[in-house]
Amino acid sequence: MELLITVIKIVAVMGVMLGCVAYVVLLERRLSAAIQNRIGPNRVGWQGLLQPIADVVKLIMKEDIVPTKANRFLHDLAPLISIGVAMTTFAIIPFGNRISLFGYDIKLQIADVNIGILYILALTSLGVYGLTLSGWSSNSKYPLLGCIRSSAQMISYELSMGVSIIGIIMMTESLKLDKIVEMQAGWHWNIILQPIGFITFLVASFAETNRLPFDLPEAEPELVAGFHTEYSGMKFGLFYLAEYSNMFVASALITTLYLGGWQVPFVHSLGLSDFWISIVQVFGFFVKIVLMVAFFIIIRWTIPRFRYDQLMNLGWKFMLPIAILNVLITGLVILLI
Amino acid sequence: MTNDKSQMTNYMENQKPIVHRKDLHWWEMFYIPQIIGGMKITLTQVFRPKFTRQYPEEKWNPPPSFRGRPVLVEQNGVERCVACGLCSRVCPSLAIDVQASETELSKERYPVKFEINMLRCIFCGFCEEVCPEEAIVMSKEFELTFTHQADGIFGKDKLLIPVEKLKDRLEFLRKMR
Repeated sequence: MELLITVIKIVAVMGVMLGCVAYVVLLERRLSAAIQNRIGPNRVGWQGLLQPIADVVKLIMKEDIVPTKANRFLHDLAPLISIGVAMTTFAIIPFGNRISLFGYDIKLQIADVNIGILYILALTSLGVYGLTLSGWSSNSKYPLLGCIRSSAQMISYELSMGVSIIGIIMMTESLKLDKIVEMQAGWHWNIILQPIGFITFLVASFAETNRLPFDLPEAEPELVAGFHTEYSGMKFGLFYLAEYSNMFVASALITTLYLGGWQVPFVHSLGLSDFWISIVQVFGFFVKIVLMVAFFIIIRWTIPRFRYDQLMNLGWKFMLPIAILNVLITGLVILLI
Repeated sequence: MTNDKSQMTNYMENQKPIVHRKDLHWWEMFYIPQIIGGMKITLTQVFRPKFTRQYPEEKWNPPPSFRGRPVLVEQNGVERCVACGLCSRVCPSLAIDVQASETELSKERYPVKFEINMLRCIFCGFCEEVCPEEAIVMSKEFELTFTHQADGIFGKDKLLIPVEKLKDRLEFLRKMR
């Protein structure tokens, strides 16, 4: 029975996540258009709501081209790594409290791994392989430049990302994500307790997801399309999907670590039954994620791309020292209190 | 050579002095207030009016000066054209084909055949300029689609437009000529 529940949870979360990611693409296109005083895709379905389906159908119909002398195996493998990593990260993010359904007490988290955050850090680092292999196996100059940039960028930002989480781990004394969420009950969100850590983590997650101020691996004006220049059809679609899933997962992670996860303030004073409280909490979690994604998109149209050396300077000379400073301050405060 | 040099020095003298930007304040080095200010600008754009025209539903009404497809003016059920052939003579892309014949009306001549090949027409408006009778004018229509080359040759049935519909253009022509 346990197994069945887990399988159902996996299917449900995968379905919801893929659906959300498809509509994140639409949200990005509509919001970008609104920011640029345009309307954006609004023809397919009501207000363009069926646009993601049309996009996917188009991508599946397209021819899959592999460049001559490309390493066919790695060329096929790279998008799979990207999408696999992006999808598996969501497995340990708690998207709600316990819920009792048909007499079963179900925990709204697919896998409660006791190494929690380490699992996420390990998997997001694996994501670099997807980009690097795609760039290298394409046998083309622009993807190669993109992949070199991506590997350097991701490695240097992984560091400040990891260090900025340490502050939270010190406060929670646990790596489990559900413990971290439980700690943030009410208004004790980590964004208030750890503002510096929040900023460094936010910047690092922008770099990890290759979103605009740090989208050097795909820098359209310089590198055509960066690492996925030589991809077409559904393999390109997988990269596209992976980019947006990464954005979605990064938003979920920021929400879990800093914005209180599924905690909704004052939910207990509404006088709802336990079941409905859980539903409200899950809903609150998704609302937070959507707001975070919108933040990602707004930042995209606000800040121009960094130059490569500026990126490295920011990563090593600002982000890392600030993150370490944050750890020291947190330690000092914990020691004194 | 000397001339070049003197120009060079002159140019350098006219240059504004180089402005040295102040170093950033330590608070500005964090960029956070600047980023928030930038995001405010980005967000306010969302509520600005949109520039997009929803084309097939919302159509553009061109100003009278617009040169759409050339049409023949129809007055009291007959075309004004007297088939003088000036338009076909002046047409730089040889798009107009006129065949004259006699008629009982006071204008005495009329075109039996008047064809404009819309695949050749370049919308220059010379035909309109040269016409002594104000019989051929540029309309506001810009949507010309056909699926066969033969459909691109517009005969009198498509070219004749009642004078009431071309008022804007005729008034414009009288004012500007």
